[in-house]
Amino acid sequence: MSEKPEKLIDKKGIRLDGRKPDELRSIKLEVGVIPNADGSAYVEHGKNKILVGVYGPREVHPKHLALQDRTVLKCRYHMAPFSVQERKSPAPSRREIELSKVIRESLQPSIFMEYYPRTMIDVFIEILQADGGTRCASITAASLALADAGIPMRDLVVSCAAGKADDTIVLDLMDEEDKQGKADVPVALMPNLNAITLLQMDGKLTHEEFESAVNLAIDGCKRIYSMQKEALKAKYINVKEEAEE
Amino acid sequence: MASVVTRVKQKQIAQLIDKEKRVDGRKPNEYREIKVEQGIIERAEGSARVRLGKTEIVVGVKVEMGEPFSDTPNEGVLTVNAELVPLASPSFEPGPPDETSIELARIVDRGIRESKAIDTGKLCIEPGKKVFVVFVDIYVLNHDGNLIDASALAAMAALLNTKMSNYEVEEGEVKIKSGYMQLPIKQHPITITCAKIGDKLILDPCLEEEQVMDARLSMAIDDDEDICAIQKGCAGYFTPEQVIEFSKTAKEKAKQIRKELDW
Repeated sequence: MSEKPEKLIDKKGIRLDGRKPDELRSIKLEVGVIPNADGSAYVEHGKNKILVGVYGPREVHPKHLALQDRTVLKCRYHMAPFSVQERKSPAPSRREIELSKVIRESLQPSIFMEYYPRTMIDVFIEILQADGGTRCASITAASLALADAGIPMRDLVVSCAAGKADDTIVLDLMDEEDKQGKADVPVALMPNLNAITLLQMDGKLTHEEFESAVNLAIDGCKRIYSMQKEALKAKYINVKEEAEE
Repeated sequence: MASVVTRVKQKQIAQLIDKEKRVDGRKPNEYREIKVEQGIIERAEGSARVRLGKTEIVVGVKVEMGEPFSDTPNEGVLTVNAELVPLASPSFEPGPPDETSIELARIVDRGIRESKAIDTGKLCIEPGKKVFVVFVDIYVLNHDGNLIDASALAAMAALLNTKMSNYEVEEGEVKIKSGYMQLPIKQHPITITCAKIGDKLILDPCLEEEQVMDARLSMAIDDDEDICAIQKGCAGYFTPEQVIEFSKTAKEKAKQIRKELDW
């Protein structure tokens, strides 16, 4: 284990990785990365490396889960054994089961579920490397993969966390800030609908701090939202170039 | 078929809530009656039964010796588990915990852990080797909605009721002495849950209201009136304004319940 730093923010207000309090880590988003999947996306968010594949709408398995008036959304958040410092058992942990549930519930409001009765949509999220904020980066990528699969959606879902490191409200916590910070508030948003679809918190915040953390996270979401749209467009720009050759 | 009935019901319940009324006659921000009994299971180190209207939860606490986590060698360990016992509802089935019970356990766990309700530093026997492990087992005995708040209350009530054996360490051996000591408690988190139905927020949803709610939001409030844990649930959404509005409602409600319970 590495030594715990004494302070997460120095006197000049700069964080351990050189960021200002309201600065995002570097983010790379790519769409259509898995040839076999109906839709897919890859995200690098700080040191997070996450791959999402979407299959469907397809036949429901097991059949009794089918709904007569809408599709069934399934979601599996899974961490690779090598994604963290100490090897993680590949069996799903209680944390992964909870995260699969909250991620599914954060994506579902964006999908026109009633368009595909008696079918199901599978979202598979694999964390190849974790660096704090995996659930947020997963949601951002999963929403892109759903769009890439051509599933009609009300809006993209984008997610980002804010929190408290030492005594400052900061945006987009990395691993050390997540573990040693005083609070973590992951938020998922459909920006055009002003709708929060995921909200969690742990730590300790006054009501004023909570309000500013939520606002900061929303601001971060909106910045990632424009990158999301660019990533979707980029796929089609590339296709066009290939066709012209 | 179920969903057709639910949609008719949803409209009915939403229309009522629009007029500031609810199916069971409560006001939007009104809780059902809370009854707390402690020490109901003698074999457990701590226990409590909470009734929230017709929702009934029993929590048993067992304290055993075990190993600490490697990143917190000087602290005791908290483990929370929830069982949705099949006798409590026609919708519960026997079998390994599903995502609902895992989520319930983890929400209660987060409220206790993040508020630092248990003084885990005092549960260390030998740093890095031996600590007390506190097992909190939540048993849902009747499901009539808002299992989260009822379970969080029952867990806290059971922890407040927990007595563990006195011990001394002699040449590296832990010896149990006669007498008991109280589990060290620092905070008393209270979890407040709201349901969003239509565009309105109501507190403490009953089962009928839960079946038609769009989304759910829970906040754990500690003794300093700060927020220490939040969980949004269900496939609906909240506007940022609703979230902030609810954080203020939760603070007021927690204060009121804290006063009633004298915590």
